[in-house]
Amino acid sequence: MEQTVEHGAEAGGAGMPQLDFSTFPNQIFWLIVTLVVIYFVLSRIALPRIGAVLAERAGTITNDIAAAEELKQKAVAAEAAYDKALAEARTEANRIVAEAKAAMQADLDVALKKADAQIAKKAAESEKAIGEIKAGAVQSVTEVALDTAKEIVSAFGGKADDKAVAAAVAARMKG
Amino acid sequence: MATEEHGAETGLVFHPLDQFIVKPLFGEGPIHWYTPTNVTLWMAIAVLCITLLFVVGSRGRAIIPTRVQSIGELIYGFTYKMVEDVAGHDGVKFFPYIMTLFMFILFSNYLGLIPGSFATTSHIAVTAILALAVFLTVTILGFVLNGSKFLGLFWVSSAPLALRPILAIIELISYFVRPVSHSIRLGGNIMAGHAVMKVFAGFAAIAAISPVSVAAITAIYGLEILVSGIQAYVFTILTCVYLKDALHPGH
Repeated sequence: MEQTVEHGAEAGGAGMPQLDFSTFPNQIFWLIVTLVVIYFVLSRIALPRIGAVLAERAGTITNDIAAAEELKQKAVAAEAAYDKALAEARTEANRIVAEAKAAMQADLDVALKKADAQIAKKAAESEKAIGEIKAGAVQSVTEVALDTAKEIVSAFGGKADDKAVAAAVAARMKG
Repeated sequence: MATEEHGAETGLVFHPLDQFIVKPLFGEGPIHWYTPTNVTLWMAIAVLCITLLFVVGSRGRAIIPTRVQSIGELIYGFTYKMVEDVAGHDGVKFFPYIMTLFMFILFSNYLGLIPGSFATTSHIAVTAILALAVFLTVTILGFVLNGSKFLGLFWVSSAPLALRPILAIIELISYFVRPVSHSIRLGGNIMAGHAVMKVFAGFAAIAAISPVSVAAITAIYGLEILVSGIQAYVFTILTCVYLKDALHPGH
């Protein structure tokens, strides 16, 4: 060690090993060897390989992005188709509902009319029957009242004037 | 190191530059150009790390990357974008060259931060060769691609005619200073940071100020982590800027 230090100091003058010219050929020789080796390793093996890998990756990414774009377009188209189908179905459903409603309304109207007519007929018949019964009842009451009045008058010993009794009963029946 | 001998006299030992000494890996002796030294070792480790990160890390070639592979991809993308943005689209064919420089400097800087390691980029011999390689490449490329039009780089046609010769001289000087600043910026930064840490470490021998010293080393180490990345980046982006001059001369 000591010897080398001395040697370096001697040759370098100021003691800087950098200025020891006796080591220059050695350093330069090994530097050139090193650079040539690195150059061949890089330019023959490493750089083409890494360049190829990078290019391949860029290609893959581009393809994947294109595929994703395509799929996105498809999804958008599918959504549009779905929306359209949904809108159509909704219109169709509305139409069917309206049709059904209209049909039901018509049926209902016909049935109501029929029922109204039947009710009106039944009501008229009933009215007529009630009127007959009422008339019959008034007649009967008048007869009974007349007879009763006559009998009462006779029972009191009076002479029943038919005409006067009938007038009295009629007056009473009104009141 | 020669601690005992000096330490006995002063109590404080500063050998901040010992860490930069180039020594043979096996035994002692003169350093020939082919001698395997600690330079060789740490450059080999840098090569190994780069290979591990970029070759072994990406061996799966996975579409969904593993952690190591994604680090490699990140650095690849970062450097590629830098070359493309700064040097222009036709600068991309120099991307492996710039990537080599960037990776070597980045890994050497960070490996140099491991305690006890050897920072190869702290040596002016190394950074000067890196900068000279860039300088020569850019100059030769400039003339080959553009011919004499490359000299337009020094002839500022947007300036008044009287000023142009003066500007040409300034441009010429600044052009030739480029490799010097390019190399010294990197080597100097790395060397200075490591030397400062060693100086603070020397103060740690005094018990009273050793906590301050340790705190200072920690702070400087954090700073050096930043500097290592930034200097590698600066070297690389300047290379791209110079390359742009060669590809598209004229202001």
